[in-house]
Order: sequence, then structure tokens, then C-alpha cells
Amino acid sequence: MIEVQGLAKYFGRFSALRDLHLKLEKGEFIALFGRNGAGKTTLLRILAGLSRPSSGSVVIHASNALSPQAARGLMGYLSHSTALYADLTAHENLRFYARLLDLPCGDIDIEKQIERVGLAGRGREPVRNYSRGMQQRLAIARAFLHDPEILLLDEPFTGLDQAGTDFLKKYLADARARGRTCLMAIHDAPLGYEVADRLVVIEKGVVALDVPKQSLSLGEFQTRYRALSEER
Amino acid sequence: MLGKIWAVFRKDLLIELRTKDSLNAMLFFGIVVLVIFNFALESVRDSIRAAVPGVLWVAFAFSGTLGLNRMFASEKENSSLQGLLMLPIDRGVIYLGKMLAATVFMLITEVVIFVFSLVFFNLTVWREIPYLALVFFVGTLGFSAVGSLLSAISVNTKMREVLLPLILFPVILPILINAVEATNIILNTVDYRALKLPLTIMSVFTIVFGTLAYLLFEYVLED
Repeated sequence: MIEVQGLAKYFGRFSALRDLHLKLEKGEFIALFGRNGAGKTTLLRILAGLSRPSSGSVVIHASNALSPQAARGLMGYLSHSTALYADLTAHENLRFYARLLDLPCGDIDIEKQIERVGLAGRGREPVRNYSRGMQQRLAIARAFLHDPEILLLDEPFTGLDQAGTDFLKKYLADARARGRTCLMAIHDAPLGYEVADRLVVIEKGVVALDVPKQSLSLGEFQTRYRALSEER
Repeated sequence: MLGKIWAVFRKDLLIELRTKDSLNAMLFFGIVVLVIFNFALESVRDSIRAAVPGVLWVAFAFSGTLGLNRMFASEKENSSLQGLLMLPIDRGVIYLGKMLAATVFMLITEVVIFVFSLVFFNLTVWREIPYLALVFFVGTLGFSAVGSLLSAISVNTKMREVLLPLILFPVILPILINAVEATNIILNTVDYRALKLPLTIMSVFTIVFGTLAYLLFEYVLED
């Protein structure tokens, strides 16, 4: 589904990614681990078509081979930020995005989306009044409004309480059951291990570990992850 | 495509009507400029009509720059611009929606500033109003066509409030000079046929720079 070859990204002299190779098959769920500054967000932004690589290539295999920029309609990207307009209500935010995506944007359609993320009855309030967890739920609805084939998530559990975490885990399990491909950057090893079926560690811009979940127990994975972080 | 441009425009309008962040600042600044010129030009009160075109466009340009500085501010909060850039839409749609919103905010401000100028400078201009409206509209469209692109360039820099006027005014000079000239023809002459040249220059400038901005907008927003 996604093929990354020899990817590099430089910001001045700093190399965020160096000759990174990664392949995601359709329906796979990859948890992407790595220390702060390891290159996870840079990789996700390039895959999302928000940033161009300095060298290397990314090909999205859909009905034909596409660049990330051409495949934007197939992808949903949930980043650290919610990308919501704080002075608009949840309804207005989702209706705005639905209009730009050519999706049905009647009151009932939007209300369904709001209910889906557990915010029923709060849709007419300005987003500024929402708690961080509520904003993150709405951000999930916004990012995946068009039910994309590929879900790119950057630390999606940040700011969520236990109920929010459970909701997102269920949401991701549903997406996986419907054959969606997921790549999720995460720091929390037990949580990432729980939801993913492949574990990838990036260190200093290269893939340092890439294993199926079944090949390692959580304890073994944490030991390897810690060792990789310490040795580099 | 028109529906999407309208959606971007409507969203900006809705946020502005709710917060009034830009309009309040633009109006306040524009009126302060008028007050200062009102005192500065006290000694030339008899020939004030000759000074009014310049005074008006200084107020319009300065208050418009304030509005342009705020234009992408709502997109920076919560990185909403990133959400927009992830959508499978032509980047030109975002540009046109934003430009339309900037034009409308500026025109609203210009109407208020103009009314205040009638009071401060004791002007009577009923007959000239349709011509003035045309010049204000064409000049503002050109201003916001360039300004929307440059605002998107400056929004990602640390010194955006300083950078925008520095890059905007040299580029926008042909519009401002011709807008002042056209306003002067309306207020101080009787031969409106002379309006053709400044209006043509402003229109050509707006079309050329508007098209360039539309095509370049995608590259401006990438990193």
C-alpha cells in the first residue's frame, strides 16, 4: 500500500531522516516508536504529503501508483494539534471540512459524526469550551471524516483520559477490521504493542527495528527498544 | 469549486463576526490615522480635497495590512492550516476563499473610514460615490490579491508582523499610486474619462498578480 525508499529529509544541516526504507501492506497496523527527534513526525508529514523529502521516494499504491500529494483523498492525518477552529462549534467545524471533501453535510449527517465520537449534545458549543480530551475526539472525527484508506496518527492518545483512550482503541480496532492501513507514532510501548500488529523503531532517522508483534513479547520488545535508545 | 471557495470564505467570515479580532483593529487604526491627518492638515483646510485621496489610501493600506496579518492567524491556532492542506482540494481554493474574505473585511473598513473622513474633512461627495466605490473595489481587490499570498508567506516566520509590510508595500505600490490618482481624479476634477488609465493599470495588475498568486499558493504553503 505504501512504499518508502531511501527517504531523507534535511533541515539545514540537521538530518531528520536518513535513507529510510519501509513498506506497509494494505490492512497492516504499524506502531512507530522512537525518542523525541527520532524522525517519526517528519516521516508521517512526508507520507501525508505535507512535506517533501530531500531525497528518496514515497509511493502510495492504490488503483495506480500515486505520490502522497496525489493520494491526499485516501489519507487521514491526526497530528499533535487538533486542526480545529476554536471559535466555531463542533457542527460548524465538521460541516466546513465535509463541504471541502464533497461529503453530505446536512445537520443529520454531521450529528451522526459527532455522536460517533461520543460528543452527542455538545455539537453546538464552540470548540474553545471543550476539554483537551473532547477536542481530541472531535479531531478524530475531523481527520477521518471521509473514512480514508490510510490512517496516519501522531501520538493520538495524548491528552485522552481512560474513557477517551478506550474510545480511540475501539475506533482503531474498527478501522483495522474494515481493512484500513494504519501507521501510528507513539511513545507508550505497552499501548502501541496492544493496538498494532507490527512494531517499528526509528532512531536518528533510520529504521532500527522492524518486527511483527507475534515475534516478541511486550517485555522483550521493551528491552530491545530501551537498548536501541541507549546505544545510539 | 465555487462551493469550496464559498466554504473557506464563509468560515473566515463566521470566525470574524464572532471574534471581531481583525475588524476592530482595522477600524481603530484607520480612524486614528484620519484623526492625525485631520490635525496635521489644519493649515491647508481650504485645499483639503487635494490631500484626501492620499490620506484615505494611507488609512486603507495600513488598516488593510493589519487585517492581512491576522488573516492566517486563525489557521495557525491548533494548526488548522495543516488540516486544510491534508484535504484533496486545489490549494487555489484556499487562496481565493481567503482573498475574498480579506477583500470583504477591507471594504467594510473602508466604508467606515470613508464616512469618518467625510465628517473630519467636511466633504460633500454624493455624486462621486459610485465612481469612488468602483476605485475602492478595484484597488482593494488588487491589494488583497497580493496581500493574501504574502500573508501566507510571512505567517510561518517569527517576525511576521514586521515582514508583511516590508514585502507587501514595494509590490503593492503600483496599485496604491493608481488608486490615489484615480481617487484624486474623482474628487478634484470633472473629467472622469481620465479614470480609464489608472483603473486599467489596477485591473491588469490585479489579474496578473492574482493569477500568479493562485498558481504559486501551493508552493508557498509547503515545507
